[in-house]
Amino acid sequence: MVTVTPLEAELLELAGSVPDPELPVLTLRELGVLRAVRLRDAGTAEVELTPTYTGCPAVEAMALDIERVLHEHGIREVTVRTVLSPAWTTDDITEEGRRKLREFGIAPPRTRHEHGPVTVALGPTRTAVSGPDRTTGPSAPELEPVRCPHCGSADTELLSRFSSTACKALRRCLACREPFDHFKEL
Amino acid sequence: MTTPDTTAPETTAPDMTTAPADTTTVPAAAALALGDDALVLSHRLGEWAGHAPVLEEEVALANIALDLLGQARVLLSMAGDEDDLAYLREERAFRNLQLVEQPNGDFAHTIARQLYFSTYQHLLYDRLAAGDGPFAGLAAKAVKEVAYHRDHAEQWTLRLGDGTEISRERMRRACEALWRFTGEMFQPVDGVDVDWAGMEAAWLESVGQVLRRVTLSVPEGPRTGAWSAGAGRQGLHTEPFGRMLAEMQHLHRSHPGASW
Repeated sequence: MVTVTPLEAELLELAGSVPDPELPVLTLRELGVLRAVRLRDAGTAEVELTPTYTGCPAVEAMALDIERVLHEHGIREVTVRTVLSPAWTTDDITEEGRRKLREFGIAPPRTRHEHGPVTVALGPTRTAVSGPDRTTGPSAPELEPVRCPHCGSADTELLSRFSSTACKALRRCLACREPFDHFKEL
Repeated sequence: MTTPDTTAPETTAPDMTTAPADTTTVPAAAALALGDDALVLSHRLGEWAGHAPVLEEEVALANIALDLLGQARVLLSMAGDEDDLAYLREERAFRNLQLVEQPNGDFAHTIARQLYFSTYQHLLYDRLAAGDGPFAGLAAKAVKEVAYHRDHAEQWTLRLGDGTEISRERMRRACEALWRFTGEMFQPVDGVDVDWAGMEAAWLESVGQVLRRVTLSVPEGPRTGAWSAGAGRQGLHTEPFGRMLAEMQHLHRSHPGASW
């Protein structure tokens, strides 16, 4: 394990405080995409960032924001490297991050404790949740139902596996009838 | 049915004038093959923007295209400069499967292409992710994205196959039409260390299971041999591909270095 200097820890904290460009309620730290900040020398830092999805277009905006924040704190040269491995999963979103997502009207991803093969459920395209949840795409059947972030009901249905961004699915609450985004488990 | 097609042109080393390969650890030819699959299919799916049958599909197909584009960027960067490779290569230098370059056709054709390809890609990435080769990192990341693509295609195959008489007939026709392009997926790619025959068996099992569920029969046409198609990995492409490339590369070639 590489030791982290107090200054590096401080810079990691700073970079981690940058808001996500697409979900500004979350910081990069809460999203869990910031892997490390290393100082090469007093004025040069290398930042490791991991994308949520390989094609996530927000990565470039994140990198620019991190560079700006670190420049403002006296680091002349900042290099942001994208690392793929180990792959980011929605389990990397912090508890605080999940709470903020819910308050923002987005159902947070459910947590998984096993990382086995992904099961693909076969079923009709649009169904309400009843019995095992087979409506969230390739998610493990032992997951709890997706709850409406507005009223808390577990009675929700999938409208579309894909939504405004690659990381979300579109669902509707059958209790309060509100549509909402669900941060898909990855 | 798992015998490699012996009539196909022999796989040659990648064209070094168009695919700079300077690294010792990454098999550039393999990165190019997998990267071109993702790039070309991404472009095809992007053609649906503004034309999809419903808004949800507009969004879904664009999201799937975006995932594939992200994978293509990583893979092509392993083989050289991503922009040069995407925008400045001639048709014969592309190493993608002929399946992914096939025109969108009607919605059922797009779904059949998605079913065949995403099942293949999911099985492939799953195996690559389990290994420790140069593609393991990307594969571990992308396999979860592709699981959603596969699910999307399977759900639509079931829905169309089990829908109206017209939707069912179109789904059947699309599955038949693209069948002859599916044998090429299992021609081993140099530098991709997986059990190709085992993967093909798993693919046939999975696709067959989806089709049988809605009592669509598994197409009977040839997948390998004289009457099948597929030499994309050797740089031979079907006629519509040239026109697709012209559209994809036009802006960059007319305005080199243009950016948003």
